[in-house]
Amino acid sequence: MARIIVVTSGKGGVGKTTTSASISTGLAKRGHKTVVIDFDVGLRNLDLIMNCERRVVYDFVNVIQGEATLNQALIRDKRVDTLYILPASQTREKEALTKDGVEQVINELSETFDYIVCDSPAGIEHGAQMALYYADEAVVVTNPEVSSVRDSDRILGILQSKSRRAEMGQDPVKEHLLLTRYNPDRVEKGEMLSVGDVEEILAIPLLGVIPESQIVLNASNQGVPVILEEDSDAGQAYDDAVARLLGEEREHRFMTSQKKGFFSRMFKGG
Amino acid sequence: MTDTATAGVKQGFQLKSANLSMTAIELYYFDKDEFEATLRDKISQAPGFFKDIPVIISMEKYEGLDSELDFFSMIGTCRRHNIHVVGVRGGNEDQRRLARGASLALLPGSSQRDKASEEASPAPEPETKAEPASSGQTEAMPQGPAPAPARIISQPVRSGQQIYAPEGDLIILAPVQAGAEVLAAGNIHVYGPLRGRALAGIHGAESARVFCQSLEAELVSIAGHYKISEDLQDNGWKSAVQIQLRDDLLVVTPLDKA
Repeated sequence: MARIIVVTSGKGGVGKTTTSASISTGLAKRGHKTVVIDFDVGLRNLDLIMNCERRVVYDFVNVIQGEATLNQALIRDKRVDTLYILPASQTREKEALTKDGVEQVINELSETFDYIVCDSPAGIEHGAQMALYYADEAVVVTNPEVSSVRDSDRILGILQSKSRRAEMGQDPVKEHLLLTRYNPDRVEKGEMLSVGDVEEILAIPLLGVIPESQIVLNASNQGVPVILEEDSDAGQAYDDAVARLLGEEREHRFMTSQKKGFFSRMFKGG
Repeated sequence: MTDTATAGVKQGFQLKSANLSMTAIELYYFDKDEFEATLRDKISQAPGFFKDIPVIISMEKYEGLDSELDFFSMIGTCRRHNIHVVGVRGGNEDQRRLARGASLALLPGSSQRDKASEEASPAPEPETKAEPASSGQTEAMPQGPAPAPARIISQPVRSGQQIYAPEGDLIILAPVQAGAEVLAAGNIHVYGPLRGRALAGIHGAESARVFCQSLEAELVSIAGHYKISEDLQDNGWKSAVQIQLRDDLLVVTPLDKA
């Protein structure tokens, strides 16, 4: 049985797809057979970030509607050979994702994969609800600002009430907080919420803190999951997050200002 | 998935059990003019609350003579003030016979409630009073109706969620987040920050209170009297407080000074 992980947030543009790409790549790199599904029908992006947009023939909706088999639609990653991508349809309506159809695909994937990562669309509508419905675990991607935190809170409520686990009365979906675009300098200036603030408001365990970084943007543009940028702080932060997701204990990093020069440290009276 | 559960022919209606809180007129004695004067006085205190509500007449503390009882007159007086008498609670056999004559529903009195199932047969047995309990003096402490159980929530109440305790208190052992709403007929206790909306005493119980460990609420309401976040900031903000209604005003008091 595969473990099903949804990457969700409520709010758009906080880094769900970036996170889905990195977490699935990280899991696969550790030898787990992993598939990442793009649930964002009509606004498909995952294939760009995974650099497989030119290899898409069939998509998720084709499989649900019986126009293609799973094997025809799955795209094998060129860098990590235990990683597969199931792209979203760019031309269909979100309603094409039916509960039964999604269940069928997930059940079929469960037979052969260790991890199924579901990249949720923004919002709390049908697409987002389908992405989280079958989840065992949820990575809630949040930016350190109030509107993102509020939306994450909303999606946590939906996870607790509208997921399959909630409806069946099983153990609740395991929730993880992933704070992205974190900028310790701006936190110090009071322009951003701190890790502590967000943890205090959302009251769920912290999976990781991804520092705000130009590398993330560059990697996305080049179609490389940022976790593969192993020398970068963002890449290492994602690697830590994946390790923690698998139960490893790792100390949290990149939460304090690091780029402080020699002089500023001197003058701060340290 | 659940649709398959409802099988068979569709009927015009379905019987459902309903649990409502009602207002009772606890009658001590009856005088037609005095009854109307008192009623008018009560209504003037909260006209909105009394409009078109159902009430029951509670006979449990009635000390007047049965011959003075006039249910038709009570019904008429209440009707003139848009109040509907729907039934009678408690009372002796003669009183209940009078009530039945006025087409009122009969409800068991609170001290009789335990025996309610035995009394379900409509014909009262006149002579076989084996139980000494009804003689009055042997009756132990007259027990009020059992309090409605509190609803206890141990998960955070997230934005967009609504938690409702239609009868008793609501106790929440976790945060109530901004954009969440908690409602109770009785008190609301939040053992965590209260960041959303809390509405206590929603059926009009003015004695209801709201307790929280950190007041950061968007709105607090007791029996329809409310304050919004802006008006709550000056007093006890982000600290442990209780909020109660005094002279139609919400008063915030720190819990350590309570």
